[in-house]
Amino acid sequence: MILLRLAYRSLLNRRLTAILTVFAVALSVALFLGTEKVRTGARASFADTISGTDLIMGARSGGVQLLLYSVFRIGNATNNVTWQSYRDIASRPEVAWTVPLSLGDSHRGFRVLGTTDAYFEHYRYRGGRPLAFAEGGRFKDLFDAVVGADVARELGYEIGDEIVVAHGIASFTKHDDKPFRVAGILAKTGTPVDRTVHVSLEAIEAIHVDWRGGARIPGAEVSAEEVRRMDLSPRAITAALIGVKSRLQVFTLQRAINEYPEEPLLAILPGIALQELWGIVGIAETALSVVSLMVVATALLGLATMILSSLNERRREMAILRAVGARPWTILALLVTEAGLLSLAGVLLGAAMLYAGLFALRPLIDDAFGLYLTIDPPTPRELVMLAGVVAAGLLVSFLPAIRAYKMSLADGMSVKI
Amino acid sequence: MPVVDENAAIRLQDVSFRWPGRSGFGFEVSHLEVARGQTMFLVGPSGSGKSTLLSLICGIVAPDSGRVEIDGEDLGALSAARRDRLRAERIGIVFQMFNLLPYASALDNVLLALAFAPGRRRRLKGREREEALRLMGALGLPSSLVATAPAAELSVGQQQRVAVARALIGDPGIIIADEPTSALDAAAQSAFLDILFDLVGDVGATLLMVSHDERLAGRFDRVASLTEIARTQMAHTGRSSAEAA
Repeated sequence: MILLRLAYRSLLNRRLTAILTVFAVALSVALFLGTEKVRTGARASFADTISGTDLIMGARSGGVQLLLYSVFRIGNATNNVTWQSYRDIASRPEVAWTVPLSLGDSHRGFRVLGTTDAYFEHYRYRGGRPLAFAEGGRFKDLFDAVVGADVARELGYEIGDEIVVAHGIASFTKHDDKPFRVAGILAKTGTPVDRTVHVSLEAIEAIHVDWRGGARIPGAEVSAEEVRRMDLSPRAITAALIGVKSRLQVFTLQRAINEYPEEPLLAILPGIALQELWGIVGIAETALSVVSLMVVATALLGLATMILSSLNERRREMAILRAVGARPWTILALLVTEAGLLSLAGVLLGAAMLYAGLFALRPLIDDAFGLYLTIDPPTPRELVMLAGVVAAGLLVSFLPAIRAYKMSLADGMSVKI
Repeated sequence: MPVVDENAAIRLQDVSFRWPGRSGFGFEVSHLEVARGQTMFLVGPSGSGKSTLLSLICGIVAPDSGRVEIDGEDLGALSAARRDRLRAERIGIVFQMFNLLPYASALDNVLLALAFAPGRRRRLKGREREEALRLMGALGLPSSLVATAPAAELSVGQQQRVAVARALIGDPGIIIADEPTSALDAAAQSAFLDILFDLVGDVGATLLMVSHDERLAGRFDRVASLTEIARTQMAHTGRSSAEAA
């Protein structure tokens, strides 16, 4: 069809602006799709942080706060749970297992978590996956440490390396009299576990034996050898993960903990707390989506502007088409088709850019943010969005097309330049 | 009721037309007729309603009252789409300049005339390309020049000749030329008219040429002045050119 060939030639004649327009649409589409990917990826990996735990118990505070420090290692507990209370709850008939967590110290920017072997047994992530050891194994000695994948990689640790734990989160005082030895390195999980140094509860007790109020008691230093002979049963923990024997007992147990008479305690359902937390984080997610939608809208307006500004130089083209018998509708259709093809090209190029980008950047994103993006064919939802971009491109092109329609009627039988 | 002359290619009777909009340009013609096979020259200075007349004859606009007939068919009775179709089939147009799509080859420019005219296409029986090349050959355009190079690379004179080929291909019967020589120098003007008359004479087409340049009138069958035929009026002054004159 000669008309399509000429329309193509006409476009080729304006190829620089056309290519730039397609690129603008493509970039916006890639950004938009990328935002969607990151959004769903972040949401999924967020929800995957902890699974298989029925309740998280801690001192009474907010549910989100408890989740933040116990699971995400963000912030600090305002209060501890006494060992006695923990033992009381753990021995209740509904309880199948418990994992005590003791936080507060750090190692070169990574949190140190005191716990027991039960942690490696019961902690689950990404739909029930257990923790696995990349190298070494659990605690065998009092001063054994198990480090997460990121800790090992960033600090270059190998089995047998000696590490020193600092007192507090950002502190220069170190427990350098009682160094630890790396006994195990966990496989990558994409959760905060990767950025945690795990030691036994007893070891947490041991390094604090001669400490009071954030400093060593002068003259009362206890050496690493002496401490082994002492009673190291913990006095307090920060939080505990709890599994119940039957799902039906979760609420009974939650209530029992919340109403525990000896000490103000709080038990939360991790799923609900995660949702609550995501509700806060999700505002950023929505903002991100809105911004990327704005970018798409801007690109489409650019498309309309490009066609609109080309109309004057194309008056000649339109007058010639009218002279050889083209109907004004034909001219309108040509412009709308052109816009449709440009948006389609933009969408396809954008999708291609996104997938190329995903393949190239996925390992980097995983490394940098612990965010594992899946590379799947576009979902129906994404396909609908892409079709929506093309449809919006067609829609905005009606603006210049209708103007061209009017111009071609008003110009009559003369070629204006 | 005037007698319909079946031999008239173009006929205007008691036509009045006003461009829409406040500063609408009013235009009236009581009678104009071009017989089939006739060559007619209309002298008209700018502002005499030249492009309005051509828009009416070509069916781009419809008269507010009166009749515009092409080959005896009243354009006023046709829908805009049918008028567009009729223009595609029966009328070949040569503009003053900027006749061609600059990015397309001369050949494609000529073939474009057939895109909306299945009747003209049918007459060529699948030999559209050959006919386009033959016409351009007859107009002195080498085939090496017209097949691939974009029209923008041709000289103005060459472009005008391509426009003639486009107007003639598929034998539409009526050729309308709007100042086709004004972009050419004197020698080229004469050569252009020679070639135009040759080809129009060959197929016996009707030719209506409008120009402000009376020197070109010599070889036409009929010569008329647009200011005598038509009355124009500017809406905001309400003053007609006939009264002013």
